[in-house]
Amino acid sequence: MHIPDGYLSPQTYIPLFGLFVTATAIGVKKVKKDISARNIPYLGMAAVFSFIIMMFNLPIPGGTTGHAVGSAVIAILFGPWAAMIAVSVALIIQALIFGDGGITAIGANCFNMAVFMPFVAYYTFKLFNNNSSKKRRVNFSAFISGYLSLVLASVLTAVEFGIQPLIASTADGRALYCPYDLSIAIPAMAIEHLLFFGIIEGIITAFIVGYFLRNDPGMIYAFRKGGKDENR
Amino acid sequence: MLSEKEVKMRIDKQQKKILVVLLLLCLITPVGIILPIFMNAGNAWGEWSAQTLKDLIGYVPQGLAKYSHVWKAPMADYTINTGARSVVHQSGFYIVSGIFGATLTYVVMLLISKLIVKNEE
Repeated sequence: MHIPDGYLSPQTYIPLFGLFVTATAIGVKKVKKDISARNIPYLGMAAVFSFIIMMFNLPIPGGTTGHAVGSAVIAILFGPWAAMIAVSVALIIQALIFGDGGITAIGANCFNMAVFMPFVAYYTFKLFNNNSSKKRRVNFSAFISGYLSLVLASVLTAVEFGIQPLIASTADGRALYCPYDLSIAIPAMAIEHLLFFGIIEGIITAFIVGYFLRNDPGMIYAFRKGGKDENR
Repeated sequence: MLSEKEVKMRIDKQQKKILVVLLLLCLITPVGIILPIFMNAGNAWGEWSAQTLKDLIGYVPQGLAKYSHVWKAPMADYTINTGARSVVHQSGFYIVSGIFGATLTYVVMLLISKLIVKNEE
């Protein structure tokens, strides 16, 4: 899901960069208000977790590889805005130092995995969990949150790939950037994430949220916000 | 009720535990290169190099050729020695890259958080 340089046209990566910068500006304000200083070390660990989990490339035998992102669990534990900043840090370091994801595509990759995904994850969790603290309900909601957010982020990425042939091609019909259109990109990305990588993200999300539910439920942002304990 | 000191100790203990888990994860990252080799799986969809793409569709798109070299990452593909082909070598570099990247991510995120978060409560 890390779009490399050259796959997106400037008409795509510049607007997405703009969206990412705007979201970051809002996120900084929200995090300033929302996050207490005692959570700073946890935010560092969250960014590290996202960085490392993305190194675990999992294979579809004979096919492609993919990985979990960690945005969903971070969004549930620390809120979508903090998740946005943590995952962006991981993604930008991956692009600059390790060439994982392009420089021109930083805005697109951050928008997909660090803005869109944590928000989908957070509100999916809130919707399914409905402020319950019952273990099974929380586990289930966390799984759905991880699963759905990764699948939808992969579809969004596929749309960005797939619109390239519509935006730019040479006179003889050759693509200038990503050569595959929507009818190829969407099924390719959606199916592998629906059947495999989404499930991994879901399991990781449920497992870690479950751990904090047992050990430090007061820390979970999704429980503090918008619930009956909002002002505690 | 726990005293403030006890709460702080519990938090410290929990944070240490998480750091240990993260370090362990770094040490087993080679799973992320060994499994794909073992299962004969290639690149992630849409992340092919210009050369691989040429093999797939018969040409390198012009724009892609132009942009694909705008940046030369110092540790591209999480390795520092692309010449080392053996899985053991690759795994070693992958772990080193993982620990280096994780440390850098941690430091950068802490600095950014400290700049942003002013809420001492």
